[in-house]
Amino acid sequence: MKQKKKISPGKAIRRDWQLWIMIFPAVLYIAIFCYGPMYGLQLAFRDYDFSKGITGGNWAGFKYFMQYFQSPMFLPTIKNTFVIAFFSLICGFPVPIILAIAINSIKGQKWKRSVQTAVYLPYFISTVVMVAILQILLSPSTGILSHALRAVGIVGEKANLLGDPSAFVPVYVISGIWQSAGWNSIIFIAALAAVDGQLYDASKVDGANRWQQVWHVELPAILPTIIILLIMNMGGILSVGFEKTFLMQNALNKSVSEVISTYVYNVGLKSSQFSFGSAVGLFNTIVNFIFLVIANQVSKRSADISLM
Amino acid sequence: MFNRKKFLRNWPDLSFRIVVTVITVSAFLFVLYPIYFVVIASFSDSTLVNQGQVILYPKGVSLYGYSQIFKKPEIWVGYKNTIIYSFFGTIFNLTVTLPAAYVLSRKDFAARGIVMKLFVITMYFNGGMIPTYMLIKDVGLLDSPLVMIIFGAVNVYNLIITRTFFETSIPDELYEAAALDGCSHFRYFSTVVLPLSKAVIAVIMLYYLVGHWNDFFSALLYLNSDKYQPLQIVLRNILLLNQAMAGTTGASAGAGAGAYAQQFADQIKFGVIIVSTVPVLCVYPFIQKYFEKGVMIGAVKG
Repeated sequence: MKQKKKISPGKAIRRDWQLWIMIFPAVLYIAIFCYGPMYGLQLAFRDYDFSKGITGGNWAGFKYFMQYFQSPMFLPTIKNTFVIAFFSLICGFPVPIILAIAINSIKGQKWKRSVQTAVYLPYFISTVVMVAILQILLSPSTGILSHALRAVGIVGEKANLLGDPSAFVPVYVISGIWQSAGWNSIIFIAALAAVDGQLYDASKVDGANRWQQVWHVELPAILPTIIILLIMNMGGILSVGFEKTFLMQNALNKSVSEVISTYVYNVGLKSSQFSFGSAVGLFNTIVNFIFLVIANQVSKRSADISLM
Repeated sequence: MFNRKKFLRNWPDLSFRIVVTVITVSAFLFVLYPIYFVVIASFSDSTLVNQGQVILYPKGVSLYGYSQIFKKPEIWVGYKNTIIYSFFGTIFNLTVTLPAAYVLSRKDFAARGIVMKLFVITMYFNGGMIPTYMLIKDVGLLDSPLVMIIFGAVNVYNLIITRTFFETSIPDELYEAAALDGCSHFRYFSTVVLPLSKAVIAVIMLYYLVGHWNDFFSALLYLNSDKYQPLQIVLRNILLLNQAMAGTTGASAGAGAGAYAQQFADQIKFGVIIVSTVPVLCVYPFIQKYFEKGVMIGAVKG
């Protein structure tokens, strides 16, 4: 058989001009609003000059990076970002998987629907509202949740769950699970729904009980999904959500809540240190990217699963 | 008689069902109770709420909070702005994303590979907060309501979901047949592809819509004027004001007027939360049935 005839690029464009028109707005948008800022990253290597704009300032080399590395905020911001991201991942990652397996094995369709509707719901609540609900429930004087936790002795009498630095990470992580565990379970539920029913039957014939089916049938079926999501999460390890941290931040907990992104906002934007802020932001992006590549390589070698 | 052998044989399956029931029931309650609490608290007397007496149902039913909300002009400005941003923003999102997704689903499109790569890179690498801010400033969108509509026009994740849906759910033969009849891409896209893709359109429409409705970040960064602020910013300001007030009343304990103001401020807070969240929660059940389909399609090829 002969291969399909290749047509010249010029002819292809004439043939596909309608396609080019249809994709043009998206390409234009991405070029301006995604690649534009990447071009603007040179700001991190220049002294920003108000009168000359992004590309007008003098080259400063790695001055602003060194300034960040030597600043007293370097270690705290890195540590806070890591701690929040680490606990969010460790505690938050398994929950959707367990939830998905549980939801998948509910027999009654009505109850299944209800649970799904309920657990997806918080994902659609804005961060502002979620933090407001936290402030209501955890208020040291009037919050019913802080009263309840005090009554059962989980927190001390004088605990201020909104201000104590030691409470910030647990509150952040648990509220994160509240908001997104259900939504994140969808992808696993979808993967579980695709499991061949014959596998269950076969394992039953072999005498497997329901626990063993989870272990030998369901987990292997969703393992590729788990790994892909884990890689993607690793890529975002230093991109702790700005909105939520910013909204939960207050004078009392700032020692643990100042993460890289809030620092970029406070120092770079609020105090107009644009070059310094760009350098810190770029450092963050690069670290994220390195983590992504490492996680991707590890899973490629060990499980032959990768993103790219 | 207790059959020990039979019990032992069935115990694993029974215990599994117990564990599943416990997990799902507690997840259900854990997720819904905070929302339920805010709802009942918004209808209750806030003194009783603050005393911790409102737990399962509203007490001392009062609509004071809601009646006050209707008197606050900034809330209406926020509402109006958010509706405008969400409506036009979502339309803009769809008009840019859907055709692009169609083009990228055409295997005969020459630049398909390179365009896709350039798009995907932006998911993992971006300019960051400050260069993006400078760009918005340079293109003249700073403190312009247009930024709330234009910014975020293409979400690459949504684009991939849509493209994969077009690729997997619409058979190639359909296009070949249409092309033989002289059907152009424009016509094929609008008369064949779109009507067949209601599920995925519903899903990404919801994503974009909720994204606009809940957007706090863009407004915080790019808008200054009060008249352009969306609901989320207004909401945040009201809540901050409340906290400040709670601080002052705490300091001057016993000050009747302060406690009085605080009480009503609290009720307004609950009401504002409800009023700003209800619209999103009304749309959501209608589109829920498409979620799994939408997410799964996107997951097939990440």
